Parts: sequence; structure tokens; C-alpha cells
Amino acid sequence: MTAAASDKPAWTRKHLLALADLSREEILYVLDTAAGFQEVSTRSVKKVPALRGRVVVNMFFEDSTRTRMSFELAAERLSADVIDFAEKMSSTQKGETLIDTARNIEAMGVDIMVLRHPAAGAAYHLSQAVNCCVINAGDGQHAHPTQGLLDLFTIRERKGRIEGLKVAIVGDIVHSRVARSDLRGLQKLGAHVTLVGPPTLVPRTFESMGARVTSDFDSILPEMDVINMLRIQKERMTASGFPSVREYVRLFGMNRQRLKRCKPDVLIMHPGPVNRGIELAADVADGPNSSILRQVTNGLAVRMAVLFLCQQAAATSSA
Amino acid sequence: MTLLLDQNEMRETLEKLTRAIAGAAPTDAPVAVVGIRRRGETLARRLLPLLEKCGVKAAHYGVLDITLYRDDLTTIGPNAVVRGTEIDFDPTDTWVVLVDDVLYTGRSVRAALDALIDLGRPRAIRLAVLVDRGRRELPIQPDFVGLRTDTEAHHEVKVRLVEVDGVDEVVLYDRSGER
Repeated sequence: MTAAASDKPAWTRKHLLALADLSREEILYVLDTAAGFQEVSTRSVKKVPALRGRVVVNMFFEDSTRTRMSFELAAERLSADVIDFAEKMSSTQKGETLIDTARNIEAMGVDIMVLRHPAAGAAYHLSQAVNCCVINAGDGQHAHPTQGLLDLFTIRERKGRIEGLKVAIVGDIVHSRVARSDLRGLQKLGAHVTLVGPPTLVPRTFESMGARVTSDFDSILPEMDVINMLRIQKERMTASGFPSVREYVRLFGMNRQRLKRCKPDVLIMHPGPVNRGIELAADVADGPNSSILRQVTNGLAVRMAVLFLCQQAAATSSA
Repeated sequence: MTLLLDQNEMRETLEKLTRAIAGAAPTDAPVAVVGIRRRGETLARRLLPLLEKCGVKAAHYGVLDITLYRDDLTTIGPNAVVRGTEIDFDPTDTWVVLVDDVLYTGRSVRAALDALIDLGRPRAIRLAVLVDRGRRELPIQPDFVGLRTDTEAHHEVKVRLVEVDGVDEVVLYDRSGER
């Protein structure tokens, strides 16, 4: 009796696979919805019945603590039942394929699958094979859309806008799905993105995606509104193309001296977990410019919004 | 299209509604006025000064977003933006006047009651609506009503408020030809 029937639905997707798929309006709609969910986490009873009776399965084929917990808590705050699929104890170890595993799980009556997988495109592949909703929680080096959304949400919350902001993403860009999702989302919302890192980790090919690319971190510090420091994956440190830790810290680490050269209200972000003293000095990580913990808090609201919207779209399209 | 209330009639109706609420308000419990998003929110805000004129000072004002409590998400379509509930007081032991624009099936009110009770245990909850259009699907009845009007399922009752729609009026549309 509200919403006139002629209104075009603001969200019709049952899957969230990559920010590249979304329009600017869709991204803003998720952010607005997430803002409405924030209040749920401040109540004494941190639960609403929006997904009561629905089943969410966390399928994580890669280690993850915060993303898995964040999705689990988000689903539980919406009153969904959550089951956890642990790869190490599963029959994928016995040779079952991802799709067979997923179809078997779906046959038990699952509504939403949250997938983290080392192969780029895994979430897309899965979405083609099952009828339930699929949320990409990170696929290889391709995309991590909920991280992108929570970063956008945090920037908008702290800066009041995204359009026109200058945002640097610093680190191992080429191997980072976070960098790709952030880049896509920021560009759609009108920010100017600079990718920073050693040329081996930030190839010039990213210029074709509309980003500025530089290996001179110090020169861009004064103009940035937001600096997102990516985690250095130590397991990659031994790979060729990677500088030594000491060299990396010297050229690309964010520390007190570099922070002094930034705008006073620069926002320092990090997707976590932080390697203290490598990409981010401890005092900066814990300082007033840092939004690291706020990102974690906002991630919960963003994931609640994503679970809610996708489930709602699925229920509406099948009704 | 039928005009049920024009600007003047709406003002008079709200005053009548306010007098009824004020007459029932207790003196030994704090009064909280809680609107259901979105037009119930606007109406609740308008009731505050009107109540004060009638000698009732509301101790609390709040807004309920019932989107997450609805039982008909699949039928309203994915258009409702979740804006969040804003109840920054503990409703426990308060006398709550729940305000909505139109009472129809009763499902919004059912959702609002659930949402409110999740936040605390009010002494009492009373329901005030500008328009009761009948055709309830749940055993829920209003305590204070501005206008009662019989409708059919193919009717739509639209409350427009200056703050949201630029005009104060209540209109009835006949949608039977549109299906």
C-alpha cells in the first residue's frame, strides 16, 4: 500500500558478485540501506526478524576470520540460521567439485551462499549453478564487493561525500581484490583514484581502468583526502617482483612523518589485518585519522544490507 | 479520486485526535509519542505541540522503521529503504502513543508492536491513526481515530503531508480500472 507499483525497484539482484556489475544508483542504495541497519547493532537486543526462517551458509575455501565472522554476525542479527562449511573437513578434500558441493548444500534448503574462494570467477560460476542467492566474499584477485562497499560507506560517513575526493590505494595492487573493488566503487561514485606501489606490484595497465599510477608515495601525500593502505601479504614477500620488507617500509609505509605531510583530516584506511610496522606504523593505525575499527563496525551494517537486499530480491522475483 | 480531507479538515481532525489522546493520557507515567515511518513519523512530530496545548507534555519522541519486521516483504517489492529506528529512550514503563497515517490490514501495526517491544516493555501502547479505512486482516483496533471511512480492496487511501508531499490532504483513489 506504500511504494507505488509503477516504481522501478531500486534493487533487483539476488547475487552480489562484483562492484563492476553495479550502477552508481545501486551502490548508493546499498549504502543508504546499510545506514538504516547501523542502529540495530546499538540496541540491547541486537536482532531484527527480517531473515527469520532463512538459512545462510558460509562457504570459505580460504582462511578468513573477520569476513567470515562479519557475515555470520550480520546474518544472525537478521535472525537467519547460519551454517558453516569448513573446507578442511569437507568432501572437497575427497575430490568433490565446488558446484557439486554447492548443489548438495542447496538441496538441504539454503537461501543464501556466502562464498570465499581462491579462484577468480568462482562466485560467478556458482551463481550460474544454483538457484539460491550468492554473495561473493572474495574470489581470487578478482573482487571483494562487500569490502569495497564498506570502504565506500566509511569514506562517505567520515567525509560526507565521495564525489571529487582524492583517494590513494597503496600496496600490492596487482594481487589485491580489495584494490579492484575499491577502485571500481570509487570511480562509479566520482572519486579520483591514485594507485601507489612499486612498479612490479602496480603495473601501468591500471591506467586503462582510469586510475593514476605512481611509485612516488611522498609526492602525492599532501593532496590526498583518503589513503587506503593495503595489507602486505607476507607469503608473497619471497616472490619475485617484491622489494625487501625494509625497502617497502621505507618507500611505502605510512608512519608519523608521512602523516604530517598529509592533510590534517586525511582518512587512513586499512582492510585488516594490519602488519604493524610494515605498511602501517602502530601509532598511525591507532591514531585519530585511522578508520580501521570503524570499517569493521560498518562492515557488519553493509553485510546486513547486502544479505537483506539480495534475499528480498530473490523472494520478490520468485513470488 | 475523492478528497476525504482538505487542509482545513485535516487540521481540525488532528486537533480532535489530539484532544482524545490528551484526555486519555496518564499523569503518573511519561508519555512517549512514536511515529511509524514515514508519514506516521511526520504526524507524530505534529502532535507534539498540539498535545502540549492540551496540557500534555510528551517526555519522549521516537520513530520506528518497521521494514525489517514486516511479514509482506515479498509483496511490497524491494523499494522500501531501511532508514532505521530512532528510539533514543527506554520505552519501559512509558505510555506510548503509536502514530500512523492509515490503518488498513493491521500488519504494519503488528510489525510496529514487535519492533517496539524488542526495545523495552512499555506500561501501555495506544494506537492513534489519522484514517481508519477498515478491512483489517489482524485483530488490531485503534484507540484514537481521526477519520473512519469504509473502503474496498481496490481503493487506495493516500495521506499527503506538507512536510513530505507539499500539501495537506487525504485522498481516495479507485484502482479497480487499473488492474
